[in-house]
Amino acid sequence: MSVGLEHYLILSVVLFSIGLYGVIVKRNAVVILMCIEIMLNAVNISLVAFSRYVVPLMLTGQIFAIFVIAVAAAEAAVGIAIIITIYRNRESINVDKFDITKW
Amino acid sequence: MFDIVFWVLAIVSICAALAVILLRDVFRAALSLVLLFLTIAGIYISLHADFLAVVQILVYVGAISILIIVGIMLTRDVHYGNPSGKLRIPALVVGILLFIVLAYSVVNTIWVISPQPPLEPTTATLGSKLFSQGGYLLTVEITAVLLLTAILGAIVLIRDK
Repeated sequence: MSVGLEHYLILSVVLFSIGLYGVIVKRNAVVILMCIEIMLNAVNISLVAFSRYVVPLMLTGQIFAIFVIAVAAAEAAVGIAIIITIYRNRESINVDKFDITKW
Repeated sequence: MFDIVFWVLAIVSICAALAVILLRDVFRAALSLVLLFLTIAGIYISLHADFLAVVQILVYVGAISILIIVGIMLTRDVHYGNPSGKLRIPALVVGILLFIVLAYSVVNTIWVISPQPPLEPTTATLGSKLFSQGGYLLTVEITAVLLLTAILGAIVLIRDK
């Protein structure tokens, strides 16, 4: 069976599940940010695969993927800034110790 | 030939993603994340998305990975490693359940595959779609404002008092 839309979607699902596991289980805040990037990339793969196989002449999925990349860049910048700020205050990036807003 | 390329890229990308969550060294995890971004650029090329592959290499491999590596170096918890929390079993269950549900729905859906050949090169069409009348011009403007806000927010957060 030749490679088709389903193969790309399954690959996207595998990467998304790995990223979700990492987000839930990891304690290092930078690693959690990395896992979020994995999940965003998995979604991008499925968007581009839909664009290639369902509407190959309209490229709607690729345009969505461009916007996802832009939002991911903004999210990474703000996320790293927040992590560095917390590290300055707490001397740690262990998310188990992030109880700053806990009442 | 195309199938072999896809399978190689898929296996390498899944191994790189597993390495991100399994390696004990945070820095090595970041490097395998770079490998994952590169293989995803290859997957875009196999999907005839040439412009997006270049954007992936420029933005992810060039910018975001550098940002993450700088973040690792500025927060020197490297000796602390890349440990897992207490939620390992529930997270494994949630991940596998999500995979089963999504894979089941992907396999059992009848997709309407278009018989037309893919468009290439895509750059000119993407540009005219993004910036033309009735296109996505407003969204492009909003994205620019979002990026500006993110940069200002990051500067305000990082700045010394």
